[in-house]
Amino acid sequence: MELLFEKSRKGRRCDLLPPLDVPPAHLMAGMEREIPLDLPELSEVDLTRHYSALERRAHGVNNGFYPLGSCTMKYNPRINEELAALPGFTGVHPTQSADTAQGCLEVLYLAEELLCEITGMDAMTFQPAAGAHGEFTALLMVKKYHLDRGDTARTKILVPDSAHGTNPASAAMCGFTVVNVPSNPEGGVDLAALRAAAGPDTAALMLTNPNTLGLFDPNILEITQIVHDAGGLCYYDGANLNAVMGVVRPGDMGFDLVHLNLHKTFSTPHGGGGPGSGPVGCKKFLKDFLPVFHVEEGADGLEFRDPAKSIGSVKGFYGNFTVVVKALSYILTLGAQGIPEAAKGAVLNANYLREQLRGTYDIAYGDGPCMHEFVLTLHDLKKQTGVSAMDVAKALIDHGIHPPTMYFPLIVEEALMFEPTETESRETLDEAAAVLRDIRAQADADPEALHAAPHHAPISRPDEVKAARHPVLRYTPPEDQA
Amino acid sequence: MGSYQPSTQAERQAMLEAIGCQSMDDLYAQVPPEMRLDHLDLPDGKSELEVRRVLEGIAAKNTVFPSVFRGAGAYKHYIPAIVKSVTGKETFLTAYTPYQAELSQGVLQSIFEYQTMICALTGMDASNASIYDGASAAAEAAAMCRDRKRSTVLLSAAAHPMVRRTVETYCFGNGMEVKTVPVKNGFTDAQALTDLLDDTVACFYLQQPNYFGRIESARELGEAAHAAGAKFIMGVNPIAMAVLKTPGECGADIAVGEGQPLGMPLSFGGPYLGFMAATAALTRKLPGRIVGETTDHDGRRAYVLTLQAREQHIRREKASSNVCSNQALCAMTAAVYLAAMGPDGLRQAAESCMAHARYAAQKVCDVPGFDMVYPGPYFHEFVTTCPCKPEKLLAGLAKRGILGPLPLEDGNLLWCATEMNTRDEIDALEQAIREVV
Ligand SMILES: Cc1ncc(COP(=O)(O)O)c(C=O)c1O
Repeated sequence: MELLFEKSRKGRRCDLLPPLDVPPAHLMAGMEREIPLDLPELSEVDLTRHYSALERRAHGVNNGFYPLGSCTMKYNPRINEELAALPGFTGVHPTQSADTAQGCLEVLYLAEELLCEITGMDAMTFQPAAGAHGEFTALLMVKKYHLDRGDTARTKILVPDSAHGTNPASAAMCGFTVVNVPSNPEGGVDLAALRAAAGPDTAALMLTNPNTLGLFDPNILEITQIVHDAGGLCYYDGANLNAVMGVVRPGDMGFDLVHLNLHKTFSTPHGGGGPGSGPVGCKKFLKDFLPVFHVEEGADGLEFRDPAKSIGSVKGFYGNFTVVVKALSYILTLGAQGIPEAAKGAVLNANYLREQLRGTYDIAYGDGPCMHEFVLTLHDLKKQTGVSAMDVAKALIDHGIHPPTMYFPLIVEEALMFEPTETESRETLDEAAAVLRDIRAQADADPEALHAAPHHAPISRPDEVKAARHPVLRYTPPEDQA
Repeated sequence: MGSYQPSTQAERQAMLEAIGCQSMDDLYAQVPPEMRLDHLDLPDGKSELEVRRVLEGIAAKNTVFPSVFRGAGAYKHYIPAIVKSVTGKETFLTAYTPYQAELSQGVLQSIFEYQTMICALTGMDASNASIYDGASAAAEAAAMCRDRKRSTVLLSAAAHPMVRRTVETYCFGNGMEVKTVPVKNGFTDAQALTDLLDDTVACFYLQQPNYFGRIESARELGEAAHAAGAKFIMGVNPIAMAVLKTPGECGADIAVGEGQPLGMPLSFGGPYLGFMAATAALTRKLPGRIVGETTDHDGRRAYVLTLQAREQHIRREKASSNVCSNQALCAMTAAVYLAAMGPDGLRQAAESCMAHARYAAQKVCDVPGFDMVYPGPYFHEFVTTCPCKPEKLLAGLAKRGILGPLPLEDGNLLWCATEMNTRDEIDALEQAIREVV
């Protein structure tokens, strides 16, 4: 498909701004831009057709089943979008005085109160813009907390080998050394290894529970106890909270800090990669370390206050504010009953789909029940038929199903991670199971066809090696190409 | 009230039985019973209409000023109708990061187009797919410049205070030392910069136009940084790029900035857009997602997420950054905005900002006691003195529907005007100031 730049025609335009009603102003010589401004020149109809064509070459939750593991691709309610777009929110300047922004402050205050109840935390910041940003924020709090106590020896972060890549990367950004903790044969944390790793140099443990295998670690209280006994803090990666919200709380599992992905658990849309929101909650003893701009009750209403020992600021202003509005709208809708009901629905759907596939595919760590997601391992299938996790994932595209997460977690070979979420019906799960059974049959009958899948997508498999070896990261007009 | 689940209670019970379970408790068998909640202390769920009423009520507690003369990091510009209509498309709204290229060409191409336009705007070679906002982009840029010998960041004191604070916070994490280059007469002090530059300095960060609206001698300051072996990072206003010398022309190694002016509403500070572009030499150090062009198996043009060997899901603790989710829909917003404005439209917006700011400055300074603090050119922000307590002025203006300037620490006022402020509105501002002081 042509790019905007290839559709551009000299002199075309959208008429958007009025002529000047005041005298023009000029820059001084030497300040002006001298290179041409190579933006495309298009009419409005060109634009609307272009983006409609791009939309047809994309897949959202509105287009079909999206069981992308670890991403919680649940339905994004339309009402949330409308409320976040209210001019009473979008028209507020971030530096307005508190008395003229009480509504915005109330959104943050209320969301904090509700999410603290859901997580078992005492205070929360909404400044982080995504999950990884929340991890970074929380680990800075950990760092400052230990330093504040005069304990300079705590330089290590314990991370299970099943953890998401952002966990070790966030730890490194905070200057910590990462210590990998192996998993036990059941897929949980190896307690002996954890005991051996935890010590006076432990700053914190980062844990996702249920973990990336979709398993709830039954030893969780012992795990957090081991880390606390060693003087470390326990940090909860909330990416998988959808399985347990309203059922069990990170705060009651022994965690001191948690990040949430409002763009997963609390139904705010992913926007093709963002904006998300990664609020960080903490227990009372860590509250003073939160980023600046914490909302509190003052004499004249709500106001921002900077916590006494704040780590500072992880971005400008107060976070992805209108994303928080969407999440608040969702929480108010579900309420005390709806929150656990959604979690249970997610767990039920995952277990149901998993049982439909049992016997057709190998389930990694599949003995007990799973939580909101499960992982298939196609190691044996690949050995027998040559058909890989990638092949099966790509074949799903031809059936209008978005592939699951592939090759993650790293501890499972030929992994496919499915997270159906609670907003899918039984029929959708049955259809997906039927498709996956057909693909399994095809792996024996015609593996070549699967290697070449997808066959009906806008493109066939792209050459990723070429993309990385000879990076073309922007359009260059033919006349400028060497 | 519901939880957006299509299945009924009866269907769910049937599914439970189909997998051989009696109750949901069987599925939570791994959760120690003593930890399980019996209830959440939350309000009961609400219908859509009730939730609408609650949130409309909360929104109504805010004041939305019809007339805004304040910027300071968040700018009110015209947002063309086409921008909202494109970015409101449900598929763009609800898609995840485009990991699966075959099913995500639309999203990937839109990011590739965005990257191309950010390069055009800044005069740089390569752009990433976005970062959280302008402040975090500045902090990530500083981290890119670190090497074994050089780990000091020089930050201009004429940069936005929040950007400075964010860079300092990131550096508390990664251990880089931050030193501030002081301000002299509203400009970054060139002599002080030269004095601070030594062989431990990794980079120098300059904001253009600076926090006070002034246009810095960016090229000269950048040359000083380069002469000492440091990298030069420019944080720029994207609308000003239509008329001002670009980071590319000023010799910058990395250009970053707050992309909010490109079609995003004020929204109490977010979501905004961190844009980030670099020279070819630094491309492989960029954090976050990058889209590249390639071909598919059948030789057709195709787009993919590329150079992933930099990223956390491959490199884990050795990654160049932890960024995973970014601000993709905001990047698309910027792309549609820039495509709708086109080169002429963007220049018109920039010139309109300058002209209205100039006119506003004249009108404000017609009132006795208000004087320009700094002589010389500015883009769309300027600083004046204030003959009364700023709170008094702001309260008086607020009563008249005007969001007045931002008071600075020294008691002066930081004003802003854009294409949104008409001549009539500026005349009314002058009138209002006279009434208030
Ligand atoms: C387990 C886990 N942790 C952290 C993250 C990072 O979240 P974000 O993409 O919002 O930065 C993810 C996202 O995929 C995740 O699955």
